Amino acid sequence: MSLAWMIGGDQGEGIDATGDVFGRVLSRLGYYIYGYRHFSSRIKGGHTNFTVRIAQEPVLAPQAKVEVLVALTQETIDRNCGLLAKDAPLLADSQLKPVLPAGCPAQLVEMPMTQIAREIGAPVVRNMVAVGASAALFGLPLAAFETYVREKFERKGEGVVGQNLEALRRGRRFVEEARLAGRFALPQPAAGERYLMTGNDSLALGAVAAGCRIMAAYPITPATDIMESLAGLFPRFGGAVCQMEDELAAITLVIGANYAGARAMTATSGPGFSLMQEGIGLASMAEIPAVVVDTQRVGPSTGMPTKNEQSDLMAAVFGGHGEGQRIVLAPGTAAQAFSDGFEAFNLADRYQCPVIVLSDLALAQWLQSVEDLPLDAHVVDRGLLVTQEELDGLTGEFERYSMTEDGISPRALPGMAKGQFLATGVEHAPSGKVSEAPQNRMAQVEKRSRKLEPLRVRPDAIEARRTEDAQVVMVAFGSTVGAVDEAVDALRAEGVRAGRVQVRQVWPIPDVPLAAALSGARSVLVVEQNATGELRQLMRIAGLEDGRYDSLLHFDGTLLGPDAVVAAVQSLTVREEV
Amino acid sequence: MEAVTLQDYRTSEKSWWCPGCGDFGVLAALQKTLVKLGIPPHRVAIVAGIGCSGKMGNYINSYNIHVVHGRTLPSALGVKLANRELLVIAAGGDGDGFAIGMNHFVHAVRRNIGVKYIVMDNHIYGLTKGQNSPTSDHGQKVKAAPFGNVESPVRPLSLALTAGATYVAQGFSSNQAQLAQLIEGAIAHPGFAFVNVLSPCVTYNKINTYDFYKETLFDLDADSGYTADRRGDAIAAVLEREELVTGLIYRDPASVSYEEALPGFAKEPLAGRDITIGKSEFRELLAAYR
Repeated sequence: MSLAWMIGGDQGEGIDATGDVFGRVLSRLGYYIYGYRHFSSRIKGGHTNFTVRIAQEPVLAPQAKVEVLVALTQETIDRNCGLLAKDAPLLADSQLKPVLPAGCPAQLVEMPMTQIAREIGAPVVRNMVAVGASAALFGLPLAAFETYVREKFERKGEGVVGQNLEALRRGRRFVEEARLAGRFALPQPAAGERYLMTGNDSLALGAVAAGCRIMAAYPITPATDIMESLAGLFPRFGGAVCQMEDELAAITLVIGANYAGARAMTATSGPGFSLMQEGIGLASMAEIPAVVVDTQRVGPSTGMPTKNEQSDLMAAVFGGHGEGQRIVLAPGTAAQAFSDGFEAFNLADRYQCPVIVLSDLALAQWLQSVEDLPLDAHVVDRGLLVTQEELDGLTGEFERYSMTEDGISPRALPGMAKGQFLATGVEHAPSGKVSEAPQNRMAQVEKRSRKLEPLRVRPDAIEARRTEDAQVVMVAFGSTVGAVDEAVDALRAEGVRAGRVQVRQVWPIPDVPLAAALSGARSVLVVEQNATGELRQLMRIAGLEDGRYDSLLHFDGTLLGPDAVVAAVQSLTVREEV
Repeated sequence: MEAVTLQDYRTSEKSWWCPGCGDFGVLAALQKTLVKLGIPPHRVAIVAGIGCSGKMGNYINSYNIHVVHGRTLPSALGVKLANRELLVIAAGGDGDGFAIGMNHFVHAVRRNIGVKYIVMDNHIYGLTKGQNSPTSDHGQKVKAAPFGNVESPVRPLSLALTAGATYVAQGFSSNQAQLAQLIEGAIAHPGFAFVNVLSPCVTYNKINTYDFYKETLFDLDADSGYTADRRGDAIAAVLEREELVTGLIYRDPASVSYEEALPGFAKEPLAGRDITIGKSEFRELLAAYR
């Protein structure tokens, strides 16, 4: 079972907040939720809508059809009525004098939302009237909604709580009187308590749990939530969020803080990520840990700031001048964003280099059900640090960039006696002192490069699902995994033996485990939300591509849904049989 | 603890600076001050920029981080926030600070970060062999502006003062005694301390020479009527003399540093703290997402 409820209106009318309330209460009732929004880069005005997808099993992608539409503007009706099935209820505010476009099969239900809110004496509760009505349409008792409203508005006083409760009840009464109650009665939810959060929420929690205590950033959609949640959380842990003048400052602050022994991070999106490339190069060269979150959106340049894309893969792996080392992780779910957010700090400390967590708008901003965040699965590892005893025992100078077999040299932290060294973006000798000697240059380049070798076979680098007997295996990274997984299940239900491999560490590309996971597939479909097939290009560089490979590229800015993936696989299968 | 000596602050590196470069005087004044204050070298972190002055870190045996062009101040803020017990000194030139890094300069000033900023201002780009810098005089002829500089110079002192700086001083690299005193005052100051040093480039700048400064500089420290505690007077004093002054220009005795003002920010260094989080505390954070 999967049903979608959508509310639409103008930006600035509380659409987002209303969707959040509806989704959160359904999550508390035990349903799996995926909540996503259509919006634009403006504060007030312009159409926006919020869809809550309700299911009995995990869903992490949009669905093509909408079962119930609540419309607060005529534009909402005009733009979205094509998503509605025959006789689907379209609850529209009577004040609009709503008109159903020709050919729209939905059932228009005019509901005096604004008028009811006025009668209650609080025009702002209009959207809550719609929530009460929607609850009734789905045959849900109001108790859970009432509890949520009490919690949410408690600090605003009894009056506000009372008005919102009244709005819920009036909405329900309207639907009952219109004989629409229980029209889409929901089956019993799956058992268990879950959280409802975005990838930005869980990534911020991953950073806190990993001991990150400094965050420097410049506000940018869709990354800003990370900065905002940490600004609220850090003071209780003695940390600080610094809102910087630009991304050049943000990344270099992070480098300074890591150099001096704190765990620090920044978060940005494409335009800011471009600016950060100079700092990322410094962190590679001077072997300083740094965690950078890039929540991708449509690029290049300003692109489409509120639309989803996965087109920064090449910039994450190869961006900037010179040949620096980076680790690039790409979580696909909120739980993975927590884990990768945590492990990014461990990897940065262990390998003494920048770690980029490549998120994307859909993962970063859309609400999803999360069973739990696996705190116990992660342990803080600060990597190789020299001890004060070791420094005291030195006869000569401490050599920060000493030659070691695995390329990793112990770090000293400022404040440790006898550990002074120069960390520099200039090529340097083992001591840290500047050196342009050819032999030294080659030795240092090789040292930095071999550090990352072991990561090619890191256990968490890929995740396979239903691949054991799969003939068609889809390869994906980031939020795309949600649509792909749903497509795999749909294809299996039709008898197509499909599977999926998620590349969670996109660099260094885990070539050996990937080759093994794909060895049994007759077709490999690389599914990504960009125009040039960046993941497939990386796989080609790693020598993985062969005649079995195909691409599904989605780059119109909308969220990729499972239907498109199913269709792409079906066309593959047909071709194969010819 | 053994007494700190000059030897502790020296490195084995042979200098890349030209003989007669003003930066030698700045390095010596800084080293002498650190020795005088008895600060051991491992308690000092120097963040240097790109350019001749950026090589400072090669010649002083403290912790050093040599960063990207123009980004000394944000990096220095990062170092300070990670370990606020360190003395954090940012050092760079006029190009690093007032061209590519100008944005960061103004914001570091208004944040009042607990970093000491020493600029070796030679009014020229030395390392790239003689182009105009943002502090070059109007009309100055160089290879990249053979018909003369058409831009007006940045005035670092008035800029800092109007941006809200809480410690502003200017030294001259040949007057080491005064410069050392100004650096000592900067180190004692809670918050951002800006010491601009007129540090002649003997190779490329034939205008702002040692002789030029000896003839034109006015010593505000020697002016008994000047108290350096009123921002308005400080602005008037530097404007009147086109910034050709030395000494302490302004100091705000009520200065509160950025790290002190941050809500809930740890009083002890973040580096070395226990960073693990308890299960129950984590559950509490998660509860907000029900």
